[in-house]
Amino acid sequence: MEFKMVIAGFGGQGVLIAGQLIAETGLNKGKNVSWMPAYGPEMRGGAANCSVIVSDEEIGAPVVESPDVLVAMNQPSLDTFGKNVPAGGCIIYNSDLIKNAPTRDDVTLVAVSCNGIANSVESPKAVNMPILGAVLEMTKLYTMDDMKQTMEQKFGAKRAHLIESNLKAMELGRQAAIA
Amino acid sequence: MKKLMKGNFAIAEAAIQAGCRGFFGYPITPQNELIEYMSVEMPKQDGGVFIQAESEVAAINMVFGASGAGARVMTSSSGPGLSLKQEGISFLAGAELPALIVNIMRAGPGLGGIQPAQADYFQATKGGGHGDYSLLVYAPASVQEAADLTQKAFDRADYYRMPTMILADAVIGQMMEPCEVKSMDTRSDFDKVWAVTGTKAEPGSKKEKRSIVKSLFLNPDELNDHNKKLQRKYQAVAKNEVMFEADSCEDADIVLVAYGTSARICKSAAKITRELGYKVGVFRPITVSPYPYSQLKEAASGCKEVIVVEMSAGQMLLDVKVAMEGSKPISFVGEMGGIMPSPSQVVEAIKKAGRE
Amino acid sequence: MAKNFTKTEMLADTATHYCPGCTHGIIHRLVAEVLEELGVMDRSIAVASVGCSVLSYDYFNCDGIESAHGRAPAVATGVKRMHPDKVVFTYQGDGDLASIGMAETVHVAARNENITIIFVNNAIYGMTGGQMAPTSLPGMVTTTTQDGKISMNESGPIKVSEMLSQIDGPAHISRVSVHDIKHMIKAKNAIKEAFKCQIEGRGFSMVEVLSTCPINWNKTAEESLHWLKDNMIPTFPLGAFKGGAK
Repeated sequence: MEFKMVIAGFGGQGVLIAGQLIAETGLNKGKNVSWMPAYGPEMRGGAANCSVIVSDEEIGAPVVESPDVLVAMNQPSLDTFGKNVPAGGCIIYNSDLIKNAPTRDDVTLVAVSCNGIANSVESPKAVNMPILGAVLEMTKLYTMDDMKQTMEQKFGAKRAHLIESNLKAMELGRQAAIA
Repeated sequence: MKKLMKGNFAIAEAAIQAGCRGFFGYPITPQNELIEYMSVEMPKQDGGVFIQAESEVAAINMVFGASGAGARVMTSSSGPGLSLKQEGISFLAGAELPALIVNIMRAGPGLGGIQPAQADYFQATKGGGHGDYSLLVYAPASVQEAADLTQKAFDRADYYRMPTMILADAVIGQMMEPCEVKSMDTRSDFDKVWAVTGTKAEPGSKKEKRSIVKSLFLNPDELNDHNKKLQRKYQAVAKNEVMFEADSCEDADIVLVAYGTSARICKSAAKITRELGYKVGVFRPITVSPYPYSQLKEAASGCKEVIVVEMSAGQMLLDVKVAMEGSKPISFVGEMGGIMPSPSQVVEAIKKAGRE
Repeated sequence: MAKNFTKTEMLADTATHYCPGCTHGIIHRLVAEVLEELGVMDRSIAVASVGCSVLSYDYFNCDGIESAHGRAPAVATGVKRMHPDKVVFTYQGDGDLASIGMAETVHVAARNENITIIFVNNAIYGMTGGQMAPTSLPGMVTTTTQDGKISMNESGPIKVSEMLSQIDGPAHISRVSVHDIKHMIKAKNAIKEAFKCQIEGRGFSMVEVLSTCPINWNKTAEESLHWLKDNMIPTFPLGAFKGGAK
């Protein structure tokens, strides 16, 4: 098994953290994992993205050329990375910010109202959580319990109160992917 | 237990666990996490010193002073900062002082860019500063290896009394991977009787006379002898310290040669092409100075073509040519400016070599 | 016959390479006597610089370490931070300290490193053969300003002591001279005060010592002493800029 994904958006949408949660959960489950961010001045309010690989085997190149799953949190991310998804792949996109929805018929398209869901759980910053739920649903990579365990590890006492609303947003994202 | 760690953090934590008690640095992307981590963690160590110096020049000379005073110390930087440190590195080599220098490579020349590159290979392995000297240079290809080699580099620096280097492209510095930083026995057996500590001997020290730490020998005969001594040391390093990884080279028709992140790109390409029926091996130097010349020639002795992959115009390529002594055709895949060669580029090169 | 003079043990039993008439020897002796009198010989560490004083570790009878040109304050910082209980001092000329090493000089004072700098200012590069320095006086003929035009200092020579005294932290900054006995005694007092600052943990100290270079000034030893008094002191006034001698 080798799963490769790219998560892209702009600074503040939590795309780097979302990628870390995927990688860290893989580590918990005994997989080989890598997380590679785009870094530098562009991370300040500009574009942000990361490559995540979860694998049973040794991981080669840590930068993902053609992702099994692309998560696009805004229009420029979809425009930049959408074409890299090979046929049979999956594009999960934030339908609240992406006006020109992807039209490819050779990949699975999943629209998630990330901002809408985050607002509905009264945690408007948690726009990265619904996509994680959608990723779980589309890939069956981990269970919700796996993600909960990772968040409990990663979020210190200071942010522990966020876990519940995060999980709620994640579950709503998962359900959106079923529909 | 393994934790998901950024390469820059892993190197810093590994250094602390190796007994490094002095860090002297200056901010530069993409190594900033390293200096930031040290600013928090180093002062927590008994006797630990962290200084954000006024320049890379000052930082390497603080390393010179602190190493001369007998401490296990380091600095880290990237491209332009390493250029500024070269004089100090030459002084460390000349005065036979141990120290670790970390280069998280970005693209050059000049200010260049901040994205990953491997264009400082010549600078690291072929001198960099003035005079006849060599560094022991380790090129990690994963976060775990970066941590492990950092600790080894400190140990070898003290053993040989010479500066050592971690030469990592920015992917290694910036990426996160599972990593377990081991704790080392920090009470090393190295009795640094040569260090400047004051002439009043510390209890238990074998120090007998006053210490003078220097690289200056105005008498040419003395300097010649000093240089010969340094060269004997480098020969011992070349004999004993070479590290490499040869993956499936025995029956390979095509041997890919790469270090650091490029080697991982090669492994991806090898995996893809093996499934297509190509016989592909990957040879990865772990020390790039000393270079595994004879080991490469041996590993590639049965192949039809060697392909070198680098994030540069082809710097290690010259060492591969030296190693192969004209015995095999050698081709090159490289990108510059912060662009990484893609696995598919390497796959194409393998297919092309297979057709010939 | 009564013994009138005993050389301090802090100076090694060796001839120096300094030119006849040069006042480096006097300054070495003042520093060495002070370290002996303060009882810190066996815990002193000398940081040499590049220039005429490049071999100073051969003359000060304590542990010594060289430094690259201009970097003595950085090297001293590294040494001192690893051995805060040791007495660490640099001995630097004007080219080393005020030209190539100015950044290190300013920042070692700004960090208020608990070290002592002995700054020997003779307004010229001695070792390399009499070239213009950042402390050369207007109109001074040097081997790189043969018509007397000091291009480096068109606004006047750099007054390092005055400049550093603008920084809040340092414990002691003073300028002294060694052109006659009276001034040598004052110089020794200032050097002693500077080292006391370090030993007592009061912070950074620097003594700028006006010195002669008869060979490169193209003067006799005696003429040089007069020239220092008549030409350098008006430009580089003597005194304590921070923490005067007690």
